[in-house]
Amino acid sequence: MRLHLLALLAKEPAHGYELKQALEQTFGSAYPSPNIGQIYVTLGRLEKDGLVRAVDVEQSNRPNKKVYYLTAKGRELLTTWVDEPTEGPRVRDEFFMKLVLAPLTGIADRMALINRQRRHYLSLMRDLNDLLSRTPPTDRVAMLLIEGAMLHLQADLDWLERCQEDLA
Amino acid sequence: MTPVLKTVRLVKIYQDGAVPVPAVRGVDLQVEPGEFVAIMGPSGSGKSTLVHMLGGLDTRTSGEIWLDDHRVDTLSESAWALLRRKKIGFVFQFFNLVANMTVGDNVELPALLAGASPKVARERRESLLGALNLGERADAAPAQLSGGEQQRVALARALANQPSVLLADEPTGNLDSRNTRDVLRLLGDVHKEGQTIVMVTHDARVASLADRVVSLFDGEIADDGRIARRRTGTVGEVIDLR
Ligand SMILES: Nc1ncnc2c1ncn2[C@@H]1O[C@H](COP(=O)(O)OP(=O)(O)O)[C@@H](O)[C@H]1O
Ligand SMILES: [Mg+2]
Repeated sequence: MRLHLLALLAKEPAHGYELKQALEQTFGSAYPSPNIGQIYVTLGRLEKDGLVRAVDVEQSNRPNKKVYYLTAKGRELLTTWVDEPTEGPRVRDEFFMKLVLAPLTGIADRMALINRQRRHYLSLMRDLNDLLSRTPPTDRVAMLLIEGAMLHLQADLDWLERCQEDLA
Repeated sequence: MTPVLKTVRLVKIYQDGAVPVPAVRGVDLQVEPGEFVAIMGPSGSGKSTLVHMLGGLDTRTSGEIWLDDHRVDTLSESAWALLRRKKIGFVFQFFNLVANMTVGDNVELPALLAGASPKVARERRESLLGALNLGERADAAPAQLSGGEQQRVALARALANQPSVLLADEPTGNLDSRNTRDVLRLLGDVHKEGQTIVMVTHDARVASLADRVVSLFDGEIADDGRIARRRTGTVGEVIDLR
């Protein structure tokens, strides 16, 4: 989340709660939004590393709030992040390890594992379908995220089928 | 409630080659009225063979098939043809439109053949083509349509006679994601209106709309169950944006 916050601060200085709102607005309901505690902890670390700095802004009948802004070092780190190529998504291979190893232990048979995993993927897909139907089409970022997740799930299912053909 | 469709120890062994191929090996399946069943499974697992037998397009080797409480696996070809007209809608993997009829007539004909009045058949045609975004293409010939459009027409046609059961073999195979969305919406709508659906699909989005997923493997049912709805979903469970 460090770099996401740096990117938001590159646009304009903001306090913690505004950053939370900005994340929520950008990703809609499609992505779990970080809790405010996580954001403050991250901001604290960024400040300690000299990537952001904070000024206290007085508020009338409330405690001061801290407004954060990006330092030159922070901007440099952000630029490096944006410019370098990004690792592709990592396949979660824990299921594959189970599939390969569990039968050796005599604990489970592969067909049962595959069937359970297929149901799990399909119920995730069902959730995404529901999410998609609740997402306004104007919410482009959220729509694309959901579509991406669906394509990944489809790939997971296709792979599961290949495993079934060759291992079961 | 009697099931719309039922098979008992259904078997199909293709004997036309040098070695017999057991494609479906003892399938017991029951589909309740209004149920949407997705059939999944690897290539060659017997999905097409199974739905072809359910629609009377392929003969069974042994076992029973029941449709609306009537045994149908023993019917003659002509009796099957009659039954299909009235009770079954079929969408194939490779669409099967009548080439020298317009798109609109392709959709209207099954309703007329099933005994609908011309007025009702016309209304049905218009609502189905409209739902699939094909209203403007009614006067075109099938050959003038793209693959995805032809497939959507095939679906509209299969639904025209308001069949007891819609049988479909990978009806979204040729569709891009936008057209898939139209097809999904129509399937969702007719399902809500009580249409019974049995559909072979590789598309997990389509399958996740179903009430139940039957997984075939090697001609047998490997799994058969409802898909849980958890209602807690976000993309974070699939994609980690870090
Ligand atoms: N007309 C046929 N003659 C001989 N074998 C066939 C015929 N149709 C299908 N098969 C065989 O039957 C098995 C199941 O095929 P099919 O029902 O098409 O599977 P799926 O639709 O799941 O890919 C496969 O091994 C296939 O090669
Ligand atoms: Mg097939």
